[in-house]
This record gives sequence, C-alpha cells and structure tokens, in this order.
Amino acid sequence: MSGPAGRGGAISVISPQTDASDTVGVRHAARRRKALVWAARLATLIVVIGGWQLLTSAKIVDRFFWGQPSGIVAQLNDWVRHGTAYGSIWLQIWTTFKEAVLGFVFGVITGVIVGVLLGQFRFFSEVLSPYIKVANAIPRIVLGSLFTVALGLGIAAKVSLAAVLVFFVVFFNAFQGVREVDRNLLNNARVLGASRGAITRHVVIPSALTWIIASLHVAFGLAIIGAIVGEFLGAQRGLGLVIATAQNNFNPNGVFAAMFIIAVLALTAEGLIGLLERRLLSWRPPSQIEASAA
Amino acid sequence: MTSTVARRPAQIELSGVTKRFLTPSGSMFTALRAIDLAVGAGKFCAVVGPTGCGKSTTLTMVAGLDRPSTGTVRVGGQVVDGITAGTSFMFQADALMPWKTVLGNVALGPVFRGVPKKEAQSRARDWVRRVGLAGFEEHHPHQLSGGMRKRVSLAAALINEPSILLMDEPFGALDVQTKAIMSNELLGLWEQTRPSVIFVTHDLEEAIALADQVVVMTTGPGTVKAVYDIDLPRPRGAVQEIRFESRFVELHHQIWASLREEVEAAYALTAQGRRS
Repeated sequence: MSGPAGRGGAISVISPQTDASDTVGVRHAARRRKALVWAARLATLIVVIGGWQLLTSAKIVDRFFWGQPSGIVAQLNDWVRHGTAYGSIWLQIWTTFKEAVLGFVFGVITGVIVGVLLGQFRFFSEVLSPYIKVANAIPRIVLGSLFTVALGLGIAAKVSLAAVLVFFVVFFNAFQGVREVDRNLLNNARVLGASRGAITRHVVIPSALTWIIASLHVAFGLAIIGAIVGEFLGAQRGLGLVIATAQNNFNPNGVFAAMFIIAVLALTAEGLIGLLERRLLSWRPPSQIEASAA
Repeated sequence: MTSTVARRPAQIELSGVTKRFLTPSGSMFTALRAIDLAVGAGKFCAVVGPTGCGKSTTLTMVAGLDRPSTGTVRVGGQVVDGITAGTSFMFQADALMPWKTVLGNVALGPVFRGVPKKEAQSRARDWVRRVGLAGFEEHHPHQLSGGMRKRVSLAAALINEPSILLMDEPFGALDVQTKAIMSNELLGLWEQTRPSVIFVTHDLEEAIALADQVVVMTTGPGTVKAVYDIDLPRPRGAVQEIRFESRFVELHHQIWASLREEVEAAYALTAQGRRS
C-alpha cells in the first residue's frame, strides 16, 4: 500500500478511498503486464515461424532437409483429407494415444504400489536397492527391441515399453515421497492407535501424493516417447510409423507435422494432469498451486 | 481397548530407566541414566531441565514409541510393551495432517480406533467447538495461525479422552500472550477430564503455574535431580496472575536455584565443546 505519506503529520492516515483506488491501480498494472506478456509471446511465434518460412523460401536454409512451415501445414491438410499410407490420420493418432495412455496407467499403478511398499519396508528396500540402481542406469529404451521381438508388432510391445519408462520415474518419486513423510505425523498416528493400514492410507499416501503427482508430468511425456519409439522399431500403424515412413521418404515436413500432432497430444494430457493435480492437492497453500500451474 | 479403560487416569512409573543411543560415528551416547519417576493417576507433572537432557526421550518411552535400554516403564501397573493404550501425545512441532481439514484432523483419533465416520465427525465437531474454533471446521492447517493450530492439536489429543497426556513443549513456538491463553485453556480442559499429564517445558513459570509436581532433570546424561510438589490450590485460574502470589514466588526461587546449576553446567559443556 503506497498511499501518500505524511499527510498532516507524522502518522499518515490511509483512508478507505485511497485503499480502493490503490487496488484499482494494482489491478490495472497486473492486467497491462499480462497483455504485454501475451503480445511478446505472439511476437516470438511470428519471428520463429516467419523466419523459418523466409529463410527456406530465400534458399538460405535448404527446405529439402529442414522443411518449411507452409509445407508442414500442407502435409497436415493432406493427412486429414486423404489419410496416410496406413489409413486415416485419426487412426494413427488414436493408436499412439491408446498405447501411451495404457502404458502410462500400468506404469503409474505399478510404480506407486512398488514405491509405497518398498518405502515402508526398509528390509526389502535395502535388499533391492543395488538392483534398482542398476536397472535405472540401463538405457531402458533399448528394451523396446526386446519387446518388439517378444511381443510382436501389435500394441503390447509399445504399451510395455511406455509402462517401463513410466514405472521408474513414478516409482522413484513414490519411494522418496514415502521416505520423506514427517516423523511427527507418523508417531502421532501411531500413538492415536492407527493400524499399519490406516497409517498408509491416512498419512503415507497423502503425504507421498505431492511427489507422485509431480512425477506424472514427466511420466506422460515418457509414455508418449515409449509409444513412438516402439512404433519406430516395428509397427503396422501409429504416429511413430508415420514418422519413420516420412524419414525414409526424405520428407521433413511429414516428420514436423507428426511432431506437431504429438505436441498437441502431450499438451492436452498435461492439461488434464494439471486439473487432477489441483483437485487432489487442493489442500496446499495457494502459492504452491500457482507455482506449479505456471 | 475399551473406552472405559481409556477414561480412567493411569499412574505412570519409571524405574531405573536408562536409554542409550548408537551415534552415527559408532559410539554410545547415554541420554538418560537410571531415571526413577512416578506420576500419580490424574496428576499434572511438569518436567524442566536444560536442553538435551533427555526430556523428550522420556516421553517417547512412556508413549511406547521407544524402548528403554534398561529399566522398566509402567503405565497403570502394566509394563509398556508396544504403543501405550489410551495415550495422546502433543508434539513441539505441529503434527497435523496438512491435507486434512480441522475437522478431519480432530476426527483422526476416533477414526483410527474404528469409530464410524459419522460419529467420529460429530465428536470432532464438539471438540472443535470446545477449543474455540467453531466456524473453522473446513479450514486447512495452513490457513490457521500458530495458536489456532495448537488448539486443533489439543482437540485432536483430547478427543480420545486419554488416560495419559504427554506434551513435549507444546507451546514452545508461541508468543507469550498466546502461550498464556493456551495454558489457561489447557488447564480448563484438563480439569474436565483429568488425564495424567507429563508436560515437558523450558519455561519454569509455565511449569509451576500448571503442574502438581515439577521434576528438575540434570544435564546429560539426564537423570532426576529433584521433585517439587506444587501446593498451589486448584482450580488455579489465570496463569498470568498466579505468578504474583507469594507462594508461587517462593516455589519459583526454590526450584530455580536447583535448575540454574544444571542450566549453567549444560551451558559450560556446550561452550567447552565449541572451544575444542
């Protein structure tokens, strides 16, 4: 509050009017700032896309290798109107989305269960910790080759790869979250007569939920990567296959167009996870929710 | 456990209790040595002593969260083995679940004991009102002030109608005025249900104003130095005023003389540690 100070003496009296006009001023400044941010965002987009278009049109950058925004739009339009070599574009999107979501769900469920269990039973976590470290050090994406050979060209191999990638991220967060539970809360619950199950349900899981949900943002990205890489390695449909085909045909616009579709998918999922987060973690102080939403 | 057992105040007895810890460097650290202490059923016992003399450790052993290395802890005549039934514990730091509302936090005690949710909630509502927080049932802990959070903790501790109430510097983090108000409320609520209380504090005035019995502990390894009976009449009334009574001042002189030696010894010890 920055009312005019020192009016008529040492003590400045802040009248309700000053207060109200201050509020209006603060709101006005906030709105102006927001408008400025949006204008700058739009300008950034125009410079990047426009620059790309101009540079490729002027043949400074070779569009045969790097594509061209107008070409990407034409490619998207063509896919929507005439479909891809493997059926309609919607079928490809649906296939990849289904694989990613199934992998995500399996990975999250197993990750949470194993993380919460190992976090609570110290003995098992001590026994398994070196193996978990080794498993984490392996580039798990390589497992995709294994799954493709073992599970064939269908959806199972992609779902498995996505689930494995998701599992480790969620598992580590759930495990850490359980380990970080406030000792006071645990002792308090024990003194109040809580059984082991009640402690897990009322103390451990809600406390670890902050950690688990934070991991979901990264996890869905990994689920999509798992699905796409799985399709790369061998598939009959899906966006990964579309990208692989575009690559083999020296069609950079096709690669970019598929990338664009994947980005839209990922952002949609991200938005849904954000909604879930705000619902489940509504008890947190508002500043934290704002920070994670930004 | 049945509620009738929980309602009867229980006597607390520590005999020859020693507690040793293994420090991370591998050496043994004796926190408590040969503690003998008895708190009568329904009595309010305050424990004062220098920092790090094992006051909190004593509480965790009475609660059954920790075991003595030697000696026994008895509650109501029975040796403590596992979590002591009918106990409530108020910690120095908030032990409220930040994801639960005020009502949800207070209802935890009955819920953990298998009381149906509806009934647990109506009992919680009653306790929230009794600690003066009516209207704040649906607030989350982060929306409350420090003093209000302490009230929630107090309601959560008393809702099970414990036979023993263990308090580890519960008002240590509050400002002086809020602390006085909370002390008065604690006394008022305690006089209604009369559980046996062990109240750990740094504040000798608080100890004398609240307790029937003040235990002075020596600096580490902690042991009981002296026990003083506080013969101020009950109900005590406002803790802010009782401290001006001549009997209070007399007791304060007496106990402080004993406590000061320990505080000075503890200070000398830490000062030495800092120098070496």
